[in-house]
Amino acid sequence: MANKFFVAASPHVHSPQSTQSLMRDVLLALLPALAVSTVVYGIDVLRVTAIAVVSCVLIEYLIQRFLIGGASTIQNLSAVLTGVLLAFNLPSDIPWWIIVIGSVVAIGVAKMTFGGLGHNPFNPALVGRVFLLIAYPVQMTSFPQPSMGNYVDAFAGATPLAALKARAVELGDVNLLHMFTGAMPGSMGEIAALALLAGGIYMLWRRVITWHIPVAVLGSMAVFAFIVAAFTGGGELLYAMPAFHLLAGGAMLGAIFMATDYVTSPMTPKGMIIYGVGIGVITMIIRLWGAYPEGMSFAILLMNSVTPLINKYVKPRRFGLTSNKK
Amino acid sequence: MKTFPIGGVHPSDNKKWSNTKAIEVLELPDVVNIPLGQHIGAPATAKVAKGDKVLTGQLIAEATGFMSANIHSPISGTVTAVDMQVNGQGLRQMMITIKREGDEWMPEIDRSAEIKRECDLDSAAIIAKIKDAGIVGMGGATFPTHVKLSIPNGCKAEYLIINGVECEPYLTSDHRTMLERGKELLVGVEILKKALGVEKAVIGVENNKPDAIANLNKIIKEEKFVVSVAPLKVQYPQGGEKQLIAAITGREVPPPPALPIHVGAVVCNASTAVAVYEAVQKNKPLIERVVTITGKELKEPRNLLTRMGTPISKLIEMAGGLPEGDVKVVNGGPMMGRPMVNIDSPVTKGCSGVTIYSGKEAQRVNVESCIKCAKCVSACPMGLEPYLIIRLTQKHMWEELEAEYITNCIECGCCQYSCPAGLSLLDYVRLGKQTVMGIIRARAAADAAKK
Amino acid sequence: MTVLLFTILTLSVLGILSAIILYFVAQKFKVEEDPRIDELEKMLPGANCGGCGLTGCRAMAEAMVKQDDISALYCPVAGAECMKKMAALLGKVAPEKEPTVATVRCGGVCSKRPRTNTYNGAKSCAVASTVYIGETGCAYGCLGYGDCVEACKFDAIKVNPETGIAEVDPDKCTACGACVTACPKKIIELRKKWPKNRAVYVSCVSKDKGAVTMKACKAGCIGCGKCAKVCAFDAITVENGLAYIDSNKCKLCRKCVNECPTGAIVLKGMDPLPKEPKTPAAKPATPAAAPAAKPAAEAKPAVENKENINEQK
Repeated sequence: MANKFFVAASPHVHSPQSTQSLMRDVLLALLPALAVSTVVYGIDVLRVTAIAVVSCVLIEYLIQRFLIGGASTIQNLSAVLTGVLLAFNLPSDIPWWIIVIGSVVAIGVAKMTFGGLGHNPFNPALVGRVFLLIAYPVQMTSFPQPSMGNYVDAFAGATPLAALKARAVELGDVNLLHMFTGAMPGSMGEIAALALLAGGIYMLWRRVITWHIPVAVLGSMAVFAFIVAAFTGGGELLYAMPAFHLLAGGAMLGAIFMATDYVTSPMTPKGMIIYGVGIGVITMIIRLWGAYPEGMSFAILLMNSVTPLINKYVKPRRFGLTSNKK
Repeated sequence: MKTFPIGGVHPSDNKKWSNTKAIEVLELPDVVNIPLGQHIGAPATAKVAKGDKVLTGQLIAEATGFMSANIHSPISGTVTAVDMQVNGQGLRQMMITIKREGDEWMPEIDRSAEIKRECDLDSAAIIAKIKDAGIVGMGGATFPTHVKLSIPNGCKAEYLIINGVECEPYLTSDHRTMLERGKELLVGVEILKKALGVEKAVIGVENNKPDAIANLNKIIKEEKFVVSVAPLKVQYPQGGEKQLIAAITGREVPPPPALPIHVGAVVCNASTAVAVYEAVQKNKPLIERVVTITGKELKEPRNLLTRMGTPISKLIEMAGGLPEGDVKVVNGGPMMGRPMVNIDSPVTKGCSGVTIYSGKEAQRVNVESCIKCAKCVSACPMGLEPYLIIRLTQKHMWEELEAEYITNCIECGCCQYSCPAGLSLLDYVRLGKQTVMGIIRARAAADAAKK
Repeated sequence: MTVLLFTILTLSVLGILSAIILYFVAQKFKVEEDPRIDELEKMLPGANCGGCGLTGCRAMAEAMVKQDDISALYCPVAGAECMKKMAALLGKVAPEKEPTVATVRCGGVCSKRPRTNTYNGAKSCAVASTVYIGETGCAYGCLGYGDCVEACKFDAIKVNPETGIAEVDPDKCTACGACVTACPKKIIELRKKWPKNRAVYVSCVSKDKGAVTMKACKAGCIGCGKCAKVCAFDAITVENGLAYIDSNKCKLCRKCVNECPTGAIVLKGMDPLPKEPKTPAAKPATPAAAPAAKPAAEAKPAVENKENINEQK
């Protein structure tokens, strides 16, 4: 017979999802935010993104080729995704060499030293960003002004969180709608809550992520802000403060794209919620009482380190072990 | 729409290739091979020897103990061998070979088309008849039906659940049976109810078979059967015994050694119910069954009423032969079927279909490294963590595996189906489960020896 | 200045206090242990391979100190020399054991045992063997997915990509037995180790009937029993259609090697006997088969040499 018989145990069919297709879906989900950012900050955005992607992919390729050996892993697009996420965490006018250093730290130190995709304990793009934030604080925290208006009328200056922390603006003056559509200074990818939400909905629809982590992060931040507002002033603040904190800084980018990183987040729904609430609470503590105006990156990295512990102790609901209705 | 509580996947059902094809009778094979072990439990003991003449429906192998099943000759002719033959997996197994001469049936078998509804036997007599007929679960698990119907002390059956879910993609044999033999099925359900002494009987059918649901409801209404039909959400593994019980009754069967009867449920396959009808009302043992032969590249997918022991190659021939190039032949459906290397191996009691994959689908997807996406965890209908289980298996950490409830695994394949990295999750989960089960059995044997 | 002084003082006091506490705690919870255990552990290879049947080298050392009769304890990795030294240290009688070596008893190379299908499930012999017969028609032969390779801590066993069969490097093999337990087909056996890696063994474990074996693999043992007839030392038994050479009785006379019609008896590390010392044409089958046996016996070392060369590269 001319047939070649293949044998493998069941199942004999496979879902159409692959690592590559998942990464491609996340990249597609990031496109709206990239588009808004390009409108706000101009062509520089594409330059920074391109440099970050090329350097991340190149570094992964070189390390795989010359240090680790084995088949190249760049075709699974995870390095591209790390590059885009790293770029989204940078100001659009950052010099090219800082981007390259960030990529080396993100891919070389945070990912490949642990054995590549799937083995890194911390989110590579965030490790890159935090490294740069500490090493080049001036370049990393000076943002160009958006081209179309600002979150406080006729105000030209720092990001909403930094300005509020320095008491340069009052919460009452902030135009939340402007913040929602991206009219505020900040890292390239974090300014457009609207676009990020659209991307999040796309990922939910494609079953790339589940709702647990984003909802837990944003929900716990809102609740935390609401409680603080209730204790400090009440009144209008009760609603303005949660909304402001969800829209400001990296809340949306972090909750939807960074915290949901597969490798560094817990495996069970319950664990994801614990992880998400942890991120939300730590972020708010850093924002309100810490030295930095923004705490999303630190919160995610801190919770990344707790993930193995969560995986060990938080188990899924086992079939047949919960109390039976009689 | 009712469904099971956790996990599950949605593979494309691919039923369209064969679900409109009416059941056809496959022409009788010239030679049949009947394996002695085609059910869970001890293999049957051969009662015939080389040279014996047998009639269709004659007992040729007797159950060895309670947890076993009788086997009957599917054709009439001469026994040419009782010897080791190669089975579908290439392994040698004891089989009875019969060469066909005509088709002469045992005289007590009623072969008329008339449907007999009245049954005045009591529970014990019904179960005895089912045992004599060698009926086993025909959905694939091949658990002897008389064992299932014999309720252990201290348990009480409340529900009889008929499994017409057929959640395996591709397969349509139960679907066609519910459409074409609805009345026999319902009489079978009535008999099973009587055998168990239960009031409630529910037929679970997945909602992608609206014609079968309508057909059953129509007969129930017209003929006044006391049975209900529960349409279920299309989600794999809706037809898993434990999932089906949970979907219909809301009760969850605890991990092994607990059985469905511990939550008051007995589950029988739809085709099994028809076989029960035939055994009790027509004295006909289990010698033929409906087998779906299907695949995307097959010229003529079919549903064939096939005598046991017919070589599977004959079914493939009827479907237009194997497609060119790379193929994978599977005994059963794509999620749980067993791969075959010997297509001349026989159709057995548990063979509900033969599915054929060709080209790229014959091969597994490429394996990459685990990205901890948690899709296996959310897909698992038993609430296990396959990613963790395979690591423990690879490290031979059997005690930890037992603590992870690996024995609860139903080997449905949802984890591996959903894994974007294409990992061989179920391969290792199954290995771990088998090893742990072995350890548990050894421990039980040691404990028993101590006493 | 006072701050500095104060800091130094506090820290010093704290340090001294902790040291005192630690000293007393260490005294209180001191475990009396035979110092010889440490000494023995140092002498043992330290691979923790489990070849002795215990959990590791430390457990072995403890057992050797505790038990009066240590004849049941033997570290195959350390060898007889080292065992003697350790026994001398303890003043006990050293256990005697012939050195052994792991031997893969399957000769079903690709040319002799044709592949009938392609397995593309998990690359593990344990998994594949539960799924089906394997890629060939032989239910007993080496699957070649390397469970033994994974189990070996000494890099002594490798699956030869050309033959698809696991091969042992006798110089590296310590006879710990890890591969023996790892092999789901029970093909690997620990056999007596002769000097210069000489060996004669039946390279087949198929219990199928002769005709069935032949159909699946041309290098299989068909259980004809010719080898048992010529053996002068009663070392060969034939059971269930399979010959087995007891390595403790075998004297490497090599007569059986020339008798085997399929070349299932493998000779290693020495030349075969001259071909026809007795009755050249009495049985026409024997001379025809003998040359077939010879290349098979020679082919093996040749392949091994090739592998060695590859390694040296």
